[in-house]
Amino acid sequence: MQPQRYWREIPQRYRLEAGLCRKCGKVFMPPRGVCDSCRSTDFEMVRLSDKGRIHTFTVIRIPPSGFGEQVPYVLAVVELDDGVRPLPMVSGGGTPAPETPGAVRLTMQVADCEPEDVRIGDPVRLEFRKINEVGKSGVICYGYKAVPA
Amino acid sequence: MRDVAVIGVGMSRWGELWSQSLRDLSCEAALKALAQTKDGGVDAIHVGCMSGGLCAGQEHLASVVADYLGFSGVPASRSESACASGGAAFKAAYAEVAAGLCDVALVVGVEKMTDVGGDEATYTLGTAADQEYECYNGATFPGLYAMMAVRHMHEFGTTRRQLSLVAVKNHANGLKNPEAQYHAKITAEEVEGSAAVADPLRLLDCSPITDGAAALVLCPLELAKKFGKNSPVKVLGVGHATDTIALHSRKDVCRLSAVEKAAQRAYKTAGLKPGDIDLAEVHDCFTIAEIMVTEALGFAKRGEGGKLVESGATGLGGKIPVNTSGGLKSKGHPVGATGVAQLVELVVQLRQEAGDRQVGKPKIGLAQNMGGTGGSSIVSILGV
Amino acid sequence: MVGICGYGAYIPRNRIKVEEIAKVWGTDAQSYKKGLMLEEKSVPSPDQDTITMSVEASRKAVKRAGIDPRLIGAAYVGSESHPYAVKPSGTVLAEALGSTPECHTADFEFACKAGTEAMFVASQLVKSGAVKYALGVGADTSQGAPGDALEYSAAAGAAAYLFGADRDLVVAELVDTYAYMTDTPDFWRREHMFYPRHGGRFTGEQAYFRHIVSAGKGMMAKAKKKPSDFAYVVFHQPNGKFPLRAGKLLGFEERQITTGWLVNKLGNTYSGSSPLGLTAVLDVAKAGDLILVVPFGSGAGSDGFVFRATERLKSVQGLALKTRQMLDERKRYVDYGTYLKYRKMIIMNE
Repeated sequence: MQPQRYWREIPQRYRLEAGLCRKCGKVFMPPRGVCDSCRSTDFEMVRLSDKGRIHTFTVIRIPPSGFGEQVPYVLAVVELDDGVRPLPMVSGGGTPAPETPGAVRLTMQVADCEPEDVRIGDPVRLEFRKINEVGKSGVICYGYKAVPA
Repeated sequence: MRDVAVIGVGMSRWGELWSQSLRDLSCEAALKALAQTKDGGVDAIHVGCMSGGLCAGQEHLASVVADYLGFSGVPASRSESACASGGAAFKAAYAEVAAGLCDVALVVGVEKMTDVGGDEATYTLGTAADQEYECYNGATFPGLYAMMAVRHMHEFGTTRRQLSLVAVKNHANGLKNPEAQYHAKITAEEVEGSAAVADPLRLLDCSPITDGAAALVLCPLELAKKFGKNSPVKVLGVGHATDTIALHSRKDVCRLSAVEKAAQRAYKTAGLKPGDIDLAEVHDCFTIAEIMVTEALGFAKRGEGGKLVESGATGLGGKIPVNTSGGLKSKGHPVGATGVAQLVELVVQLRQEAGDRQVGKPKIGLAQNMGGTGGSSIVSILGV
Repeated sequence: MVGICGYGAYIPRNRIKVEEIAKVWGTDAQSYKKGLMLEEKSVPSPDQDTITMSVEASRKAVKRAGIDPRLIGAAYVGSESHPYAVKPSGTVLAEALGSTPECHTADFEFACKAGTEAMFVASQLVKSGAVKYALGVGADTSQGAPGDALEYSAAAGAAAYLFGADRDLVVAELVDTYAYMTDTPDFWRREHMFYPRHGGRFTGEQAYFRHIVSAGKGMMAKAKKKPSDFAYVVFHQPNGKFPLRAGKLLGFEERQITTGWLVNKLGNTYSGSSPLGLTAVLDVAKAGDLILVVPFGSGAGSDGFVFRATERLKSVQGLALKTRQMLDERKRYVDYGTYLKYRKMIIMNE
């Protein structure tokens, strides 16, 4: 992982910044240029909820490179709670909140749990964690992980 | 649009082939397929390969293949759609022949996977998922399919045993296929006792790392007698569709909508329905994939793919035999070659040349090839 | 009025018991339990470091303060275990909070006093009017050599303090500060060395007690207070025994000390030690309560802080997880092998 690739996604990885379609209210994480529901290109940046529920999960026993010291670890698709927050001082408070933003799901690890205790539907909270280290001398990559709520 | 026929098929050896390179494998399969044509010549070449670059340090594969086949000068291009690259190359060649842009097209699917270590191969396969929002967070391909399996089990009551039965069936079929990578009869207990990879998936739920190539020669149906030695197999329909790159972006994580859409298009072109299919080669990269794919193809109702395999309907003697070749599971999964090899198996079965695994006298076969977690799929229907 | 507008703590869920460590080295667990009053310590997961804990503690501080993070004009992280040798921790913190780009940021390293120095600088910048809000964080994934006495105490945790001068937001007014610092080499870690070394018994009277007691006396004299004026006192907590004895030497009663005395269950969180103790006090303090904080860093001396809780404190206590909740609830005990794995003491292939 080269630092520029990591750096580009910092707003999403550190602050859960997503794109909200101003026309139809659909939320995209990461933000994108066009809405797949209504084809609008008019977006505003919002922050996703840091709470959610396990939609599905697995326990990774054979890790990809860079994750060796973390096995076994739980990987899950987490459905974040509805409701997004406008970014402070960006929208100037003038933009109305989205009406029905719809569920946003994200893939992430579930930390601080025993793999055998995880169930679909479990409530979780997102924490700031180290995701990976690029070898002994590369950048340290941070981001979000879920922990039992 | 011209009707298109397959007039030649060929497979290289499949397995861990330490002494054979990417170009050796491509040529071995292509020359076998070309040997089934009258003059051995081609007007166009389409190569399917997921990652010659990451696996073997070689891109620009279309020219490499043309060069080593002695066809320098012939137009050649490569299609990439992750594990559906082979299917995508077939579709490109089919379209070119159907459109009248060329008469004889060679399709070569190839992957040389053992030139890198297990870690790097895993990484390379992972590039077919969302790098920044899945792999970044520690996702692996078995992990993503495992999450589909967990949700499928949760919603439909699919059982661990039903997953095992896919592997048991496909290994039993592979035992009858001399070209398969693995010739081993396995039991459900052995699947369930094999090493845990990503819960609930075990090592024997996963397709292996394979070196191999497969090739087809296509030409217009009306010219099949001119160019081909065998009686032609007709391409009845090809459907192609995509889905979101990240599994989590899908409304339903255990529904393969790219497969559903590709199948609908193929069925429509062919004027057929699921019940008309005599046999199918499907993308069983993991056991759960076959269960979900059989649902998406309409062989089972939604959520009942597990029951379908349990019923024996997808076995060699069943109502709709699936993966008579042994599937990715037993035959092997050199990713770019897989989509082409599926069509090779259909042609062999439709020509009634499948030996011990021959399923009667089939008229119509379907092949389903899939990229990533279902981010792309090609469904092709062949008939005689 | 300058003071704390928001505070937050973070303690990893993993714990290892003193017995589990003693078992490996064939030592007597009771000697650590009774002699040093250590029972267990927090252990960071492989995915937790000074930066991640600083972010989580600071998010709680911002939540309790209820301010827009863009108004934070300065953020300082004090630690002995910054993940990078070169590349700041504070930038990650400020970025994760959403306080960039208009934010003065720096990493402090000053033995176990780095966190409270960060708090001092943050508070004085607010006092000077240079910034509206400033964040001071103490965090560590402490190192202790295997088999060394420190292995029984070196723990992980973070505490964050958001200082401001907005009378309506202050939950604990900063009444006064003091410093008592000498060069006393009782504990050190050289560049490129993984574990610290210490002067054994030299770390006691000449180092810890001389500085803590002098700073405590100096602080009280400067602020014109006596021990009985304080509802709570928090000292640096390298083990259970030292802070209790320091309190006694200064004339405090145990009931003033125990609220912020976390070390028996937490271990020594180095730069996070007294800052975490203060979070536990703020979780329960009432308006008007005076709080004395006396940190210590080996070779870094001691400081004094006097805080007075305000009416607003009780309204923010419940806005985030309290320190005792993190300390006592949902613990996850690890064995020594897992501990080694988590602390990266197993040599892995690249």
